[in-house]
Amino acid sequence: MPQTPAHQEQLDAVAHAVDRASRADAATLAQLKTEILGRKAGTLTLILRSLAGLPSEERRAIGARANQLKRALEEAIAQRELALQQEARAPKALDWTMPSRPVWRGAVHPVNAVTDEICEVFRTLGFTRVTGPEAETEDYNFTKLNIGLDHPAADEHDTFYLGPGVLLRTHTSPMQARVMEQYQPPIRIVVPGRVYRRDAFDPSHSPVFEQIEGLAVDEGISFVDFKAAIDTFVKLFFSRDTAVRFRPSFFPFTEPSAEVDAQCQMCRGSGCSTCKQTGWLEIMGAGMVHPAVFENCGIDPERYTGYAFGMGVERIAMLRHGIPDIRLLWENDMRLLSQFSE
Amino acid sequence: MIVSLNWLSDLLGRDLAADDVAERLAMLGAPVEGREELRPQLDGVVVGLVERAEKHPNADRLTLCQVNNGREVVEVVCGAPVVKPGAKYPYAPEGTVLPGGLRLEARKIRGVVSHGMLCSARELELGTEHEGIMEIRTDAPPGTRLLDAFPLEDTRLELEVTANRPDLLCHKGVARELSVVYGVPVKLPAIPNAPRGDGGAPRRVKQTGAVGGVDVSIEDVEGCPRYMAAVIRGVQIGPSPTWLEARLRAIGARPINNVVDATNYVLYELNQPLHAFDLATVRGNKIVVRRAAPGEQMTTLDGETRELTPEMTMICDGEGPTAIGGVMGGATSEVSEGTTDVLLECAYFDPPRIRQTRQALKMTTEASYRFERGTDYEAMPDALRRAVQLIRAVAGGAEPEPPIDVYPKPFKARTVVLRPERVAHVLGMPVTREEIERILVGLGFPVAPKGAKLHVQVPGWRPDVTREIDLIEEVARVRGYDTFPTELLPFRTSVVPDDPIEPLRAAIRRVMTGMGLHEARSLSLTGAGGEGAWRVLNPLSAEDAYLRADLLAGLVRSAERNWAVRERDIRLFETGRVFHDVGEARPREMQRLAGVISGERMPPHWTAQGKSPDYDVWDVKAMFEEAVRVAGPEGVVVEADGGWELVDGDGARHGWAGALAADRPPWAAQLYGFEVEVEVRDRPHPLHQPLPTTPPVERDIALVLPEGVSAVAVEEVMGEAGGALLVATRVFDEYRGDEMVGRSVAWRLVFRAPDRTLRDREADEALDAVLTALKERLGVERRQA
Ligand SMILES: [Zn+2]
Repeated sequence: MPQTPAHQEQLDAVAHAVDRASRADAATLAQLKTEILGRKAGTLTLILRSLAGLPSEERRAIGARANQLKRALEEAIAQRELALQQEARAPKALDWTMPSRPVWRGAVHPVNAVTDEICEVFRTLGFTRVTGPEAETEDYNFTKLNIGLDHPAADEHDTFYLGPGVLLRTHTSPMQARVMEQYQPPIRIVVPGRVYRRDAFDPSHSPVFEQIEGLAVDEGISFVDFKAAIDTFVKLFFSRDTAVRFRPSFFPFTEPSAEVDAQCQMCRGSGCSTCKQTGWLEIMGAGMVHPAVFENCGIDPERYTGYAFGMGVERIAMLRHGIPDIRLLWENDMRLLSQFSE
Repeated sequence: MIVSLNWLSDLLGRDLAADDVAERLAMLGAPVEGREELRPQLDGVVVGLVERAEKHPNADRLTLCQVNNGREVVEVVCGAPVVKPGAKYPYAPEGTVLPGGLRLEARKIRGVVSHGMLCSARELELGTEHEGIMEIRTDAPPGTRLLDAFPLEDTRLELEVTANRPDLLCHKGVARELSVVYGVPVKLPAIPNAPRGDGGAPRRVKQTGAVGGVDVSIEDVEGCPRYMAAVIRGVQIGPSPTWLEARLRAIGARPINNVVDATNYVLYELNQPLHAFDLATVRGNKIVVRRAAPGEQMTTLDGETRELTPEMTMICDGEGPTAIGGVMGGATSEVSEGTTDVLLECAYFDPPRIRQTRQALKMTTEASYRFERGTDYEAMPDALRRAVQLIRAVAGGAEPEPPIDVYPKPFKARTVVLRPERVAHVLGMPVTREEIERILVGLGFPVAPKGAKLHVQVPGWRPDVTREIDLIEEVARVRGYDTFPTELLPFRTSVVPDDPIEPLRAAIRRVMTGMGLHEARSLSLTGAGGEGAWRVLNPLSAEDAYLRADLLAGLVRSAERNWAVRERDIRLFETGRVFHDVGEARPREMQRLAGVISGERMPPHWTAQGKSPDYDVWDVKAMFEEAVRVAGPEGVVVEADGGWELVDGDGARHGWAGALAADRPPWAAQLYGFEVEVEVRDRPHPLHQPLPTTPPVERDIALVLPEGVSAVAVEEVMGEAGGALLVATRVFDEYRGDEMVGRSVAWRLVFRAPDRTLRDREADEALDAVLTALKERLGVERRQA
């Protein structure tokens, strides 16, 4: 005669098997099937068969539990078998080297990217960023900047005219005058924007190009501050170990004036075709603000001093990316632009 | 400005190294842009003396020469038109390799063996002249190495001289700069065979005076403040001596004749342009410097007849203009082979007037280039004396009477006050008073201390120095910019606020590149005019005659360029300015954002058999809406001809999107584009909305929309009728079938109560309200299944 407590123990073992089935491997599953569900000697089969000899109350309770466990175990085994099948198939079905599903990636134009980067470097040196009109007056483009139209220095600005005394700015420098007329120092600004020269296209010239102007005016700003700011910019923009050279030059609106050379990034100063074997690359014109410009803008040149600089962005972008011809920067060729995605 | 290293070395009395000179000049502000080594490969070539020359027995145009090569006399056949017996020429014996690579062998020419050849300047690559063989005037005996007889080895340096430094347009000026850094004085080299006597000191007169029987007067004092002249009689025009020709050749100038070469030598040595007139052509023994009369004409040296205007200063004789003062001589008064008497002009012309003149005549000469920048009116007597000496040394001529010096209103010497403490203030570093004085005196600026200040006299060759800051620059320049430290000092922050357009453009770039578009840059000058486009007065070509009035036109051209290189997938945007003529003095500048798309919407992938659907109007609508959202002015996007436009409350249009016409190859996909005005306005930071805590109830409905009923109209009614419980509506399908009138559009409606779990019954009631309103107001009904 089977004893009820024995039934309970066996049923607990089956419940444990349900739990095991969800983690079992294929061999264990087969074993569980035979041992518990087997038609001849499976534990559950035997229990169910033995029910007839039990009192009716007990028979109902044990029968219900046994049947419930049987369904649960069958389901657990089936699920586990399916999972094992999938596991077995998966690595064989996928070639993980197949190409991924790509997305279109947009790129910022290299000239604008470089403009932003330069302005950001100057932001760390306290410069705010402003813009100004491209259609300018002779007064702002030349006269207020101490560029006499009767002086040969004006010849370097081959100018597109829009009307009497109105022109397309030949540099971003007119904003020096506009800002100085509007604000009293301390002034620290950078001015990115398009400028225009009546130059025909060639690999390094374009009638329209991007320039960044800079201006710092305050009490006590000296040539040393000027050199330091530019030197810091070059080191932050190019690299910390880039040498910088200041050479005397002439711009009517700065004095002392300088051309600034950065050590060639291609050859690190040893001379190559990019730097024409000099080891240096001219990157900007700059200098201390000429007192005549202060006078023209209503700022006291005895009290205030300052420095200004201007650089061509295309040239720097071309150097940075090894672009050989400025015209490529105007063609908007998808094949070129897509090279500059971040 | 081209300088010869030999010439500079002569002026400084020491041998200069080209590398060192180039480095020092760069750091003084006159960088060397080009450098050429003049090292003729003429090792075998010697001085040959032609002892006899006779016609070749078998050829009329050839000459048979007996040439003394120092060791023997050899027979040489020569093809030059003139071979002078007794003259010396470069002789290249058999076995010589000429600069062009030709190796000379003895060979028979028309039956006579020629042993080597007599050479032209061109064959030796010493010049371009090939008409005749190159006669050398030298005392060197035959057989001397040509390079020893003739100073041909030199280094030519091409300097970049800034517009403010006319003094660097001559060898003396460049030497002066170097003299300060090398610490040696500048001394003019002696002229070989210079005659004794220089004619004595010039005679200064106020307005008119005579020299050599010629009356000289200035009427245009503004245009020509000082005019000097000397008369040299009895010159013999001919080629210059070798040293003079070599000097001119070394800087790339072409020798002409001894008198002209002498004036050019002084030009390149002292930056004083001179003009030599043939005295015989000076009519009426008279030189008058006056303004041109309106309508007056003259034929210049280059053979052109020029229209003159009163802003031009003319050099006239008794009958009319013979030269355009400071710019170019006349065709008739030039020194030529028959000239015996020379009137030598040495003048100062007003720079702005010269500038006007050469601009009006559209010609620049060596003289006008220098007068325009400002020559040294103080040094004119010295320059004229040197020119007279040089002419007499190379062309003969009797000792002249003293030159005449017409100088109506002598310029006052310029004195600039310099405060040593200001030097330190501007440069940020103390510079001792002694160093300041040493630098300025070294550059030729006499310095006189006046109390704490320095009174600095500006020499005539420095017209650029007019105020204190100019002297401070001289101190910094000569001291060396590299001697100043680069220490970053504290600074105050800018009072100038950022222009908000720049961060907005950055936001535009993030949004547009995020959608896969590349940023384009198109020229703002265009050939396309059109309404409201501003015309450029002086364009380079028809291609840049207008300022762009929109961005899309440029992007369409970019799309066409991409198609031309067989790029089918085009995704471009641009943000920048356009210009409109609004009837003001200047065009109005406005920021715009535009984009174009064509081709595959996604990169093709193998999971979709390498196919991706092409962009369609819904893509461009999305991009347009994004553009409007990030950058546009306030308004609504409404349907417009073939696309959409952005209109504001007044109905004004601020943007457009749709399909574009373009020059499209058959394999290319449709091009779509959008353009919107960029408006800087307050775009408040988004405020956080509490997240819903209750579940939504969703209802999908298919509606039949009669012709003329738009989706927007339906959603508007839904919004009103659905009340607070309707939180979202979304179209998810559209169906058009022959069996139905209008079209079927399917929506998903989302209902939610913020404070409790919405029951199905409540959602159904709200949906019924929506359906009732749709039927009543738009005749829209639920589609029957
Ligand atoms: Zn390099």
